[in-house]
Amino acid sequence: MSTDAVKPGLDVRELHGWYGESHVLHGMTLNVRAGEIVTMIGRNGAGKTTTMRAVMGILRKRDGQVRYGDVDIIALPAHKVPRLGIGYVPEERGIFSSLSVDENLMLPPVTRPGGMSIEEIHALFPNLAGRGGTIGTRLSGGEQQMLAIARILRTGANFILLDEPTEGLAPVIVDQIAASLRILKERGLTILLVEQNLEFASATADRHYVVELGKVVDEVANHALAANITRLNTYLSV
Amino acid sequence: MTEIFGVPAAVLAGQILLGLINGSFYALLSLGLAIIFGMLNVINFAHGAFYMLGGFVTWMLFSYLGIGYWPGLLIAPVIVGLIGAVSERLLLRHLYRVDHLYSLLFTFGAALALEGLFRYVFGAAGKPYPQPAELSGGYNLGFMFLPLYRIWVIVIALAVCFGTWYAIERTRLGAYLRAATENPSLVQAFGVNVPFLLTLTYAFCVGLAGFTGALAAPIYQVSPGMGANFLIIIFAVVVIGGMGSIVGTILTGLALGVVEGLTKVFFPTASAITVFIIMILVLMVRPNGLFGRER
Repeated sequence: MSTDAVKPGLDVRELHGWYGESHVLHGMTLNVRAGEIVTMIGRNGAGKTTTMRAVMGILRKRDGQVRYGDVDIIALPAHKVPRLGIGYVPEERGIFSSLSVDENLMLPPVTRPGGMSIEEIHALFPNLAGRGGTIGTRLSGGEQQMLAIARILRTGANFILLDEPTEGLAPVIVDQIAASLRILKERGLTILLVEQNLEFASATADRHYVVELGKVVDEVANHALAANITRLNTYLSV
Repeated sequence: MTEIFGVPAAVLAGQILLGLINGSFYALLSLGLAIIFGMLNVINFAHGAFYMLGGFVTWMLFSYLGIGYWPGLLIAPVIVGLIGAVSERLLLRHLYRVDHLYSLLFTFGAALALEGLFRYVFGAAGKPYPQPAELSGGYNLGFMFLPLYRIWVIVIALAVCFGTWYAIERTRLGAYLRAATENPSLVQAFGVNVPFLLTLTYAFCVGLAGFTGALAAPIYQVSPGMGANFLIIIFAVVVIGGMGSIVGTILTGLALGVVEGLTKVFFPTASAITVFIIMILVLMVRPNGLFGRER
């Protein structure tokens, strides 16, 4: 792959966001460089999911700067954002109950070349193979998570917003998802990850942002995680 | 002469045929109504008016421009669909963010205005529309006369219903539609232009009503009130069939047409309220409708 020499990164500056009248993002500032896996960690309600929704344009009431490469994302209608090669795996997974597994998998339009083929996806997530005709929501929670990731990989997105992929899943499934993230990183994908599970975060990510009350309050490189674990735990403890 | 339950077979068969034709119209109209409600969350009270518009466009094409039935059957739904697309883009779209009730009132008002306008211009009386020459006549089955045009209506209505079912359940566009019914913002976050999809859906469903109106023109006369007569019944069909099942809506439409026809034979005075009695009974047993899923 020679054409993607200059891969864009995500640059979020002074992002504010509102749900109705309630101001939930208070100057969120973070960046993700091409090829990195970066996490946002923090308590429930800190604004991690909202940041992702604001980047994707699902949250429309927002202000500040979000750039992907040299494109100003805030100026785009929501359906043009994925066409830049940005894929979104929402926290609630978003598997459609009126669609079969295959239809769920094929739903997001391919936005650029280089996406995974169905064979590659089935090799990465063997649980999904042979389940194509099943109603999407009949899969187990872990399988739905795999499907939610798989359908984005098919689109050729090279930047993925991954919201709490391990939430509520059994340890063996968490390991499988961690392994798949490492494969994605080897393929050169860039990932912004929301994660509450520090162990999972440290096994996959390069850097961590700590989010509190709608903004970034701390940043730790993954190699410094162990040294700062007490400090991080105070952020996360309720 | 053969009699079934004391009713001449010819009368019975005739009413079943009439019921099937009414049922075909119910199916085509309630299909569009159900899809619009599922996708746009709009209770489209203008559906009957678009059906009337389809009939009138067909009639006007013929009376003013000399354009006959077959081209009219294609042109009328396109014109009605375009009018639907424009009204969705300019007006209806702004009501998605507020309560259901606003779009209900808006489409109700729009229907009244449109029907009033046509009544003002054309008068309330029905305008006859000739049957196409190719479909006049019919077959004598011995016990009854089977008009060709009525067979055609049933066949084409079933074909269009099946085509719509296929497009929604088996194609990629249909998968977008089903997914957008569940979670529009996520589908848009995948790169699908959902606002355009909504316009397309409204235009198609309203065009379907226009097509039904064109189909009805040679059977019933074209009149400003023709849609209002159907509107309440097709709402009842959607309620009885339940939301979320296209096949269910189609079958319910056809079945109710037949049941209504049979009531006319056995207990004529009740025929106008049969559908509503069935609706009450169904709602008591299955509040989500016969084929409906819980929402």
